[in-house]
Parts: sequence; structure tokens; C-alpha cells
Amino acid sequence: MFSNPVKKWFILPVAVLVVAAIALAGCPATDGGGNGTSGSFNIIGSNTVEPLSAVWAEEFMKVHPEVSIAVSGPGSGVGIAALIDGTTDICQASRKIKSSEVEQAEANGVEPYEIQVATDALSVVVNPSNPVSELTIAQLSAIFTNQITNWSEVGGNDAPIVALSRDTNSGTHVFFKEHVVQMAGLPTADTSLEYGTKVLFLPSTKEGVDEVAKNPNAIFYPGLGYLTNEVKPLAIKRTADTPGVLPSVETALDGSYPISRPLLFYTNGEPTGAIKAFIDYCLSPEGQAKVTEVGYVPLQ
Amino acid sequence: MMGQQVKVATTETSPDKGLRRRWRIGEKFIEGWIFLTGLLAIVILLGIIALLLKEGLPVFLYTPPWDFFLGTRWYPVSEPPTFGIMPFFVSTIWVTLVATAISVPVGVACAAYLAEVAPDKVRETIKPIIELLAGIPSVVMGFIGLMLLSPLVQSAFNLNTGLCGLSAGIMLALMSLPIIVSVSEDALRAVPEGFRQASYALGATRWETIIHVSIPAALSGITAAVMLGVGRAIGETMTVLMVAGGALAVPLSPTEPMMPMTAAIASGIGNAVRGGLQYQALFAIGLILFILTLAVNVIADRVLERQKRKFAR
Repeated sequence: MFSNPVKKWFILPVAVLVVAAIALAGCPATDGGGNGTSGSFNIIGSNTVEPLSAVWAEEFMKVHPEVSIAVSGPGSGVGIAALIDGTTDICQASRKIKSSEVEQAEANGVEPYEIQVATDALSVVVNPSNPVSELTIAQLSAIFTNQITNWSEVGGNDAPIVALSRDTNSGTHVFFKEHVVQMAGLPTADTSLEYGTKVLFLPSTKEGVDEVAKNPNAIFYPGLGYLTNEVKPLAIKRTADTPGVLPSVETALDGSYPISRPLLFYTNGEPTGAIKAFIDYCLSPEGQAKVTEVGYVPLQ
Repeated sequence: MMGQQVKVATTETSPDKGLRRRWRIGEKFIEGWIFLTGLLAIVILLGIIALLLKEGLPVFLYTPPWDFFLGTRWYPVSEPPTFGIMPFFVSTIWVTLVATAISVPVGVACAAYLAEVAPDKVRETIKPIIELLAGIPSVVMGFIGLMLLSPLVQSAFNLNTGLCGLSAGIMLALMSLPIIVSVSEDALRAVPEGFRQASYALGATRWETIIHVSIPAALSGITAAVMLGVGRAIGETMTVLMVAGGALAVPLSPTEPMMPMTAAIASGIGNAVRGGLQYQALFAIGLILFILTLAVNVIADRVLERQKRKFAR
């Protein structure tokens, strides 16, 4: 009668050990070879580039079923941090890597290799019920630094402005800060300007677009790919004297729309194997056709 | 001593002494195992504290502690970066206050109803349903807050945006309600039936019995329930990240958009390079959050202790 429980207690740890051993033994087997067009790699980074990368990855995997690609878009900053730490194969970014980040990468033995895969026009959107239809860069800067807090100051209703921004993870956050808030490239440029403290920081671009669709006083800056019928894009004037230009593929391509930016891939050194095959596909006419479908601007 | 006596008895009289010895070895093994798991909890706790200190403290070489705590500017990706966490700290206080102000009266009243008034059948139906509320993932609560609650709050209070501390506090109240109801109800049901009988015998009504006898008698359990609920509200991340709005100003009222400490860590940790200044600053926030929850637990402990002494008299 006594021997039974003793045996049971003996079996339990042994069983745990056996299961653990099997699990550990299974791990290296999943790490397939990286040569040729087989294997698996991941793409981490920009929330803006994510929809495009996801379409490319899907199409590429249809043609090459032996390749598996994982795409995630927590933000360009996250992607670049992952590239520096060596935890991603491709970093997708909607801003250029900073020189301080290149130094950190090189200290970790990583050499960032930059490839532009598309162009994006950053639209500025408001609720369709908002009568304001165009703004200058200087006005946008004043809105996002909380110097202008009422729509009546820019020709709208007497209502408070609710300025929405992405959080600091986002390449869009950094790009908009440099090119709109700090007005880079304009005579009024001032690199000491920062987002005002009343600006709302949101964890995703989708959430900002949803809020603008619901809130008549909100303003937000999603990428062109996130435009929906529920929000109204504003025409942007570089200065008060130049005409307002609406964001579109055409105006971004001919350079007349003032807020456009490159969408980039970064790899550790020049890409090889499956990663090179994937990037070649992205840059091919077929891949660039997808760019227009998703709502961004192709390279040519 | 006892052990020795048994041993002597078995060696001399029992025919199955081998089995007994093996049984004793098995028991020793289990005792050791339980001791190790107890030890493990302590080791993990110390490890977490050590990690928080190691990763978080170096930021104070760059920003002195007083600037870090009292600073109101948080620009981690600017050149040069500034780290002031006052807005996050005040936001956490606001959100927790709103959540507590809603969940405690509602939760305790609900527990009193379930334990003292409701017929058995009603209680057996309602309690599992309330406990089910605790199982809803926080991201789902965040989504509900974003889609349903924030437009309501915006129109009810005539605000610029419904993404504010008040909406987040209301969602947190819903999330800590199940804990408060469940634990308080258990505490109330543990009050001896004799207390109530005595109260009724003295001519007290049911209301008077609940207010003056049952709730005071169960107060230690109810306090523990409230502290568990507050702890949940302080530490909750996903919901406040989605609903609280995330503005960097020091909020002067709960109806302003704000970013509590947990949301600040979650929204910043992704792009912080390991060992960088922002990484260290976020760990320092984690350290402060840890100290805050520790303080809540210590206060709860003190209250429980005082309560026990009062009843012992």
C-alpha cells in the first residue's frame, strides 16, 4: 500500500525532465539554413511601413512557400533598437537612422545597410465636419507646440484644438517633429521646438485615425496609406504665399507636396540569401505595383 | 524525539520497515521541494529588485533624482534628452483615485448585498458572473473604453476628448470590481452567524446590522480587498495606455488626457536601446512603481494589524 505513492512522486520529476529534454532537443531543428530562397526571417519596425511589408511578405511567400516571414510594426524606433541588439533581420523604418544609432550599432558589431523601398506622403487629417481645409507648416508647428489652441485662430470654428500624435516609438513622431514642428528646411526652422505638453500621444496610427473620425476638434498626421473616407486630409502650404497642395501619390511623386519621406529597410550588412531575394522582389516592378495598391508612393 | 520513537518501534516490531523508511524519504523529498519553492519566490523578488536597481539607478548620474522626480518635461528622444516624471506620477495618482472612488463603494455595497441580503440562489448566480469580469483581458477592456466609454465621457462632461484619466479610471474601476466584491464577500460571510443573531436579538434592523456589525467585523478582509483592487489599478498598463490619452502635461484634473507611469514605460521601452539613457530612465520609473505598490501593501498590513488588535481587546 505504501509503495504506490512513492512511485508516483518519483515519476513526476522524471516526466518533467523527459518533457523538458524533448522540448530543448526540438529547438535547434526549427532553425533552418539561410542559404538560397528557403529559411525564415523577421521584419520589425515602423507602424507605417507594416501594411506594405505585410502585403509583400504574403505575396513573396505565395511564390516561395519554403520561406516564412514574420512582420510586426511597433514603431521605427523599436525596429532600429532591434537591429542594434541583433534581434531582427530586417528593420523597417519611416525615418533615417540617426548617427548616434549607427555608432551604437557598430559598437555591437552591426553594420546598418540602408535600402529605400518606397516613399510616403504624411497627410494631416481633421474631422469632415471641420471647416478648415488648408494650413501652413508654420500653423501646424504652432498647433503641435500648443501656441495655437483654438480652431478660430486658423479660420475655423470657435472650438479647442485636440492635437494627436504618435508616441516616441514611432518614426512618424520623429519625422513630423523634425519636418513640421521644427520646420526643417524653412527659414523659420528652430530645432529647440518640441511637441507641446497638451498633445496626446497614441500607441498606434489606427487609433489616431479612429479618434479623428469621432472627434470634430481633433487633428492627426497619419501616413497616406491610413487615409479613410471618415477623415478629411488638409491641403498643406509650405509658406503662406505658396498654394495649398493635397496629399496624393501624384503630388508626392512630383515633389509639390511638402511633407513626404522615404520608407526604408535596414539590414545588417548587404543582404544575402532569402532576404536578398525578398528585397529584390520588393524593388521589382511587380513589388512596386503593390506600393500603389497599399496607398503609398512607388520609387519611380 | 517523536521521530526517533517511531523509528525504534518500526525496527523492532514492524515487518514492512523498508516500506516505511521509503515513505519517510519521500516525505523528506516533498518537504525539501516545498521549502525550495518557498525560497524561489524570495529569490525571484530579490532578483527583480536587484535588476531594477542595476538598470534604473545609473540614470541619476545624468539627471539628479530631484530633477527626475519633480521635472515636468519628458523628451527622451530629443537632443539632449530630458527626463522629468512628475506628469506620469500625478497621472497614476489621478487614475487610481478615480478607480478607487468608484470601485470601493460599489464593490463593498455589492458584496454586502450578496453576503447579507441576497437569497442563496441569487448569490450563486451573480457571484460567478462578477468573477467572470476579472477574466476579461485588459486589452479588451481598453478597446471597450476606446470605442464605447470615451465618446460617452466626452459628451457627458463636455470635454475636448474622451481619451482622459476619467475614462481610464472608470475602466480600471470595472477591472478591480470583481476582486473587491469577491474578497469582501468572503470576508463578510466569514463573520460568525452569532454576531448577526445577537444584533437582531437587540432589536437592530437588517440595515443597522450590516452597517454596525457585519461590515466592522469584516473590515480587515474588506481592507485587504480594497488594497488588492488599488494594487490592480496602479499596475494596470494596457487599458490606461489605450484610454488615458497620453498627454505629457501635469494633469490638474482627471478630465485631462494623461499618461500614467505604466503607460509611459510601455510606450517607451520598445525603442529604448538596451543600456541607453531612456532605458535606464524607464527602469527608474519601474523602480518607483515598485516602491509605490510596496507602500500600498505595507499600509494594508498596518491597517490589518491594527484591526486585529482592536478585535483582540
